[in-house]
Amino acid sequence: MAAPETVISLRAATASLGARTVLRGIDLTVDRGEVVALLGANGSGKSTAVRAVIGQVPLSSGDLELFGTPFARFRQWRRIGYVPQRSTAAGGVPATVREVVSSGRLAHTGLRPLGRADRAAVSRALELVGMADRAKDSVNALSGGQHQRALIARALAGEPDLLIMDEPLAGMDLTSQDVLAEALREQVGRGTSVLLVLHELGPFAPLIDRAAVLRDGLVERVADPESLHDLACHPHDTHDAEGAASAIRTGLSVSEANPGTHV
Amino acid sequence: MTELLTYPFMQRALLAALLVGIAAPAVGIYLVQRRQAIMGDGIGHVALTGVALGFLLNTNPVWTAVLVASLGALTMELIRWYGKARGDLALAMLFYGGMAGGVMIINLSPNGSNASLTTYLFGSVTTVSNSDVIAIVCLSAFVLAGSLGLRRQLFAVCQDEEYARVTGLPVRLLNLLLAVTAAVTVTVAMRVVGLLLVSALMVIPVAAAQQATRGFAGTLGVSVLFGVAVTLSGTATSFYADVPPGASIVVLAIALFALVTALAAPLAKHRARRSPAEVVAGGGPARPVPAEPAGGEAGGTAGGAAAGASRSKGSGSASRDGGFRP
Repeated sequence: MAAPETVISLRAATASLGARTVLRGIDLTVDRGEVVALLGANGSGKSTAVRAVIGQVPLSSGDLELFGTPFARFRQWRRIGYVPQRSTAAGGVPATVREVVSSGRLAHTGLRPLGRADRAAVSRALELVGMADRAKDSVNALSGGQHQRALIARALAGEPDLLIMDEPLAGMDLTSQDVLAEALREQVGRGTSVLLVLHELGPFAPLIDRAAVLRDGLVERVADPESLHDLACHPHDTHDAEGAASAIRTGLSVSEANPGTHV
Repeated sequence: MTELLTYPFMQRALLAALLVGIAAPAVGIYLVQRRQAIMGDGIGHVALTGVALGFLLNTNPVWTAVLVASLGALTMELIRWYGKARGDLALAMLFYGGMAGGVMIINLSPNGSNASLTTYLFGSVTTVSNSDVIAIVCLSAFVLAGSLGLRRQLFAVCQDEEYARVTGLPVRLLNLLLAVTAAVTVTVAMRVVGLLLVSALMVIPVAAAQQATRGFAGTLGVSVLFGVAVTLSGTATSFYADVPPGASIVVLAIALFALVTALAAPLAKHRARRSPAEVVAGGGPARPVPAEPAGGEAGGTAGGAAAGASRSKGSGSASRDGGFRP
């Protein structure tokens, strides 16, 4: 693949949830091997944009192409690894971490049982997120951050070309965030593209190629790597800096709300 | 005990009980997983109309019940998709309609009365005929092929429907298949446990098993074992005590549930002692309820109080800032 392949192409997308228009014409492209972050305040449309990309929120207008295929004809689901925001992966019956992560192989196996390669991929994904020792535990016994790592492993188990993650850092302590950043770095190194919703860049900052800041269902601005660096390393020192200010206002509103917790 | 096996009607009843004991929990586990434990009950009510229809048309009620129950289950599934707002009321009306329709039709049929419905409501071992056994064997084969053959797909759909769709699974088709499979299971079980108690056999063995298991496959296996144990012993009890088998099976199932619950607490303690990794920093001990990535994770850090007040998405950043920032 010589030419830069466009993995996600969302053009002039609008979408509504119920009566409320959440996306008002969003353009978003992710090229092969690129890591793109969506930032923005609560309710700015980040999650809806991500869910529109995977077809879980229907577009009322606009175009969506995945891997160069119009969405209506897209069938290569095995190339996508999805990490939902709030875990619904807790049913009324216990399931082990390994069982949940194994669901990530279904797009590969179809009706045939898990083969050796599938089991190896599941083990590898568990290792990547540092959950190999919890494989036999019930997901209901995990903390929020561990649960989130299990869901990330589920997406990684499918060995996807495109990872789509909705707030993967939610509920994670610093150590887990670093583990996850390392796992992501390895994936990106293999040419995996990533689209992720973040509230703050944290240890992901060095990995991110572009950040789109959403506001009221529109892309307010696209941050380049330099301002990203300021955003990541000095989110509060650069308070007045022209470029980063709006991103801080929208993207990092939670940290803003608790200034007292900073040392 | 062996004298039981000398009566042909008991042989038929025990064979039916064995198949029901396997099939009901094997399907019920998905309903429990999807938190729709009550669905079997609803299908049972609707199936009653089917049974009465069999009397009216003078055919084997098992087949008409399969048909009507499947239609009812498909309707419930469609209501689940489209009627989010008042779905519970629509379902309730389906239950009542099934019951009322059954009683009405049975009284319209020439050789039926409310009394003929009783064996279908609470089960009956003495009336399991040869043609019933054939129907039960065929239908159980269908149910087990679906619920065990597609268990990884159904597991994924019931665990996390949105994720399953993004995996490319035919989620709607699988949901409809599960609905029909549940309907067929209800019909298979109605001769043994009866329509009013059939849901108990789909739910209680699963509820009992999951007290002692950590995984889905384990829960499936243990609940099928429990199911077979209570249907066989309940059918035998029914023979000796001369009570409807549905009653004895369900009473035994609840007793088993209570026993497992009593034994599960020490077992869990033992496990907790064995795996100290359970108590990691800030995470606290094993949570009984499915944990959302909420404020709990951040609870141990300095920013905990503030994080608890903010939305769940904020807790990660708050714990970071509060705990480690130099």
